[in-house]
Amino acid sequence: MTSSTPVLRCDDPILIVDGLTKRYGWKTALSEVSFSVAPGTCLLIVGPNGAGKTTLLRILAGLTRPTAGTISWFGRAHQVVPVEVRARLGVVTHRTMLDPDLTVAENLFYYARLYRVAEPSVRVREVAELVDVVGLLHERVRQLSRGLQQRVTLARAFLHRPDVLLLDEPDTGLDRASRERLRALLDRYRERGGTVLLTTHAYEFGLEVATWALYLDRGRVVWTAADPTQVRAQLTEMDSPVVPV
Amino acid sequence: MWGQLLAILYRDLLSEWRAREVVIGMLVMALLTLLVFNFAFDLTGAQRAASGSGAFWVAVVFATLLGLGRMTARERQDGAWEGLVLAPVERSVIYVAKLLSMVLFVAIVDLVALVVLAALFDLPVFRPGVLVVLALGTVGLCALGTLFSVMTAQAKAREVLLPALLFPLAIPVVIGGVRAMMLELSGAGAEAAPWKSLLGGFAVLFAALSVLTFGVVVEE
Repeated sequence: MTSSTPVLRCDDPILIVDGLTKRYGWKTALSEVSFSVAPGTCLLIVGPNGAGKTTLLRILAGLTRPTAGTISWFGRAHQVVPVEVRARLGVVTHRTMLDPDLTVAENLFYYARLYRVAEPSVRVREVAELVDVVGLLHERVRQLSRGLQQRVTLARAFLHRPDVLLLDEPDTGLDRASRERLRALLDRYRERGGTVLLTTHAYEFGLEVATWALYLDRGRVVWTAADPTQVRAQLTEMDSPVVPV
Repeated sequence: MWGQLLAILYRDLLSEWRAREVVIGMLVMALLTLLVFNFAFDLTGAQRAASGSGAFWVAVVFATLLGLGRMTARERQDGAWEGLVLAPVERSVIYVAKLLSMVLFVAIVDLVALVVLAALFDLPVFRPGVLVVLALGTVGLCALGTLFSVMTAQAKAREVLLPALLFPLAIPVVIGGVRAMMLELSGAGAEAAPWKSLLGGFAVLFAALSVLTFGVVVEE
């Protein structure tokens, strides 16, 4: 059930991470992390607080430089994530990345122009429908609850039809219905060939969408699982209880 | 590229129009400084132009520092900066857009402060030469300030670090601005040419260096 070595590998990967290490002064946030991700899959990255999940996603998104190791997106190795790769990534971090003084529509149009989205008016409406915020398009972001802001954040991530979604706890602040909507959205996205890398503390939510999993603890890969059954078995066997949603 | 640049610029201006937290703060700082100097200096005789131009540039530098700090804080507040850095936009485009936003904000402060300077110090400020000095000095100050505000944004003591880095390097702008403006205000505009060249050279040099190095600053 458990891989003999904690290295997840696949054929024809969309992403290869090799020996990734990140140190902040004396503290090691990630140590020799290696894995690869196949297109159309969902990799769940789990682990306790401070395990290095967010650092890993930030490095993959290009927000932080690794201390050592290499990342290859779409078959090319990079030290700095280049413009053409950034155009193919949709990222959700702990922060909304929205301007609180602008309306939902203004924020989405802003990102549509940054990502050079064709027919931005049509696309903004489409993604607003996806996350059910059409009625809020002319509301200022500042006036929305955290859960509603998170839905707009998800709309922003889907806006430019990315090939890969990097989602750091995307279910933060979402109610049960919104979480269910997000799960369905991710399923549809994967069916169309999209790839998802996801961290979450709500393992049940992760179990519903993940095809692969990677467990980090203190910056190291502790175990990996390469199919949904293994993912479930590993998570339920863990000392940490599965957090009910 | 132009579409992305204009999108960033439009967002900065719209956001400021709604929040009114950068320019208002800068204006208050500039006006208070001019007012204090108005009471501190002897405004009779030949020293008026020197005192006026000195007071003006101190006001502009303080206001610019305040504006840069406020802009950076607002950008970082909800991760809007991360959103910008993650987008497929060349770093140089981000820099130029941020520089233009800052130049526009400082230009508003410049013009209002100039009117106040004229009223308080009784100086003939609305001369083409004065406006040229102002434009060159503002671009130079903002070129350097925009780079350093991004560089220090992640630091814990950024409020201290930004002025500590900016002031020493901005000395040529301050000296050049004060000298050129004083000459223009005292009717010796022809003698201000070397100082204007210094201001222009500084603006071009630091804008070019910042465009080239901004990517490294953002990535690190």
